[in-house]
Amino acid sequence: MSWQIITQSLPIFLKAFELTLWLSAVGIICSIIVGILCSLVQYFKVPVLHQIITAYVELARNTPLLIQLFFLYYAFPVIGLKMSAQVCGIIGLVFLGGAYMAEGFTGGFAGVNSSQIDDGKALGMNNLQLARYVVFPQGFALSMPALTANVIFLIKETSIFSVIAIPELTNTALDLIGMYYRSNEYLLVLVIAYAIILIPVILLLNYLERKVRYGTFGD
Amino acid sequence: MTKEVLRVEHLNKFYGDWQALHDISFTLHQGEVLTLLGPSGSGKSTLIRCLNGLEDFKSGAIYFKGQKVETNSKNWQELRQKIGMVFQSYDLFPNFTVLENILLAPVKVQKRPEEEVKTEALRLLKRVGLEKYVNSYPRELSGGQKQRIAIVRALAMHPEIMLFDEVTASLDPEMVRGVLQIVTDLSQVDHMTMIIVTHEMNFARQIADQVLFLENGKILENTPGEEFFKHPKTNRARGFLTSMDF
Ligand SMILES: Nc1ncnc2c1ncn2[C@@H]1O[C@H](COP(=O)(O)OP(=O)(O)OP(=O)(O)O)[C@@H](O)[C@H]1O
Ligand SMILES: [Mg+2]
Repeated sequence: MSWQIITQSLPIFLKAFELTLWLSAVGIICSIIVGILCSLVQYFKVPVLHQIITAYVELARNTPLLIQLFFLYYAFPVIGLKMSAQVCGIIGLVFLGGAYMAEGFTGGFAGVNSSQIDDGKALGMNNLQLARYVVFPQGFALSMPALTANVIFLIKETSIFSVIAIPELTNTALDLIGMYYRSNEYLLVLVIAYAIILIPVILLLNYLERKVRYGTFGD
Repeated sequence: MTKEVLRVEHLNKFYGDWQALHDISFTLHQGEVLTLLGPSGSGKSTLIRCLNGLEDFKSGAIYFKGQKVETNSKNWQELRQKIGMVFQSYDLFPNFTVLENILLAPVKVQKRPEEEVKTEALRLLKRVGLEKYVNSYPRELSGGQKQRIAIVRALAMHPEIMLFDEVTASLDPEMVRGVLQIVTDLSQVDHMTMIIVTHEMNFARQIADQVLFLENGKILENTPGEEFFKHPKTNRARGFLTSMDF
């Protein structure tokens, strides 16, 4: 183990670190938005869209990101749709993540106690008011554990971007190892870099999860 | 003769192939209290939930103030603003404070001015002795307190009839009296028209103008309150009262 190797590689890793962070952040935020939109469609059973989204969720959850990325990066240009590796990466991540997030939110909505829904109905609420004041706030709270798991999952999935040559953390480490044959040093940096991203994210999400548990807010 | 508030005619309710309610008919007038009594599983909750459209029914009719109720969801949603209901489970909305729980429906559903409803909410909270919990969250309250607030929440809608389904059944014994007192006051002071499902026989006897005794989804007795407790007509009702230590 050589400190010199490590310190020399740090500038390169820092760039890769920023890229992983950036791709993860964009991917996760877009996944959450897609997930919320899809779960709303599922909740209100919007005709046609409901079936399309059910199919999408099944497809996205049952194919590996690797295959999705190959498709976007290598197959789409054949039909004239050429995108940069990073755009492909984000689209792939959101395609996958949106489906997982949708599933999580839908599960949360379904988990809202039926007695709460009876309460809302008995107070004269229509379906929209019921959704807005009862089902969504409580359903989001219930889907926090799934959200946490999905965020962590998606951050880790960015490592697969290496297959389409995006110079994120994993790709950078593999490149360096290939060039200099110093796997111990580079793998150590890689692990620490992921830990620096994941640990604060996990702590933050666990804190949020505690705060909204059982749909109870306000302390 | 006082005005008729609710009339049920030949109501039949099924869960799948199984008939839960058989040919239910009764009439309730303004200011009257009807208690629904009967053993567990006799269909009391099912019946009371049919009366505000939380359960649908196969045949028969419900008349609200003489008007036949069109049983589509839009119409039920309108009508429920005039029919207050409080459940056994006493769950307030956990993500809202006590005040927000009370304001929600009058302001968002009925579109009444928030300030006016707030003043009324505070007055009602005071009446049930809980004004100091106005900004508390439900989890900070006991079951009995939550149930009293659930009653206030229903009253803030200005209902013309209140439905109570075993509102004290899940409460600790020392909480029961306070809640029953509020219901009693509603009858005696406000002359609220009410349908009450309860297992508290002393309370039922004291408050009931009319008793429906149900068993297996059928009305076995429909009797004035006092009469039911003094001279139950059927053996089943006699047996029921005995089993309730009454
Ligand atoms: N959603 C449902 N699906 C099928 N059967 C049901 C449903 N709800 C109630 N039942 C059945 O209908 C019958 C009447 O139930 P209900 O809850 O109305 O009784 P209850 O008189 O309120 O009893 P309790 O005193 O225990 O509350 C019971 O046999 C019950 O199992
Ligand atoms: Mg019941």
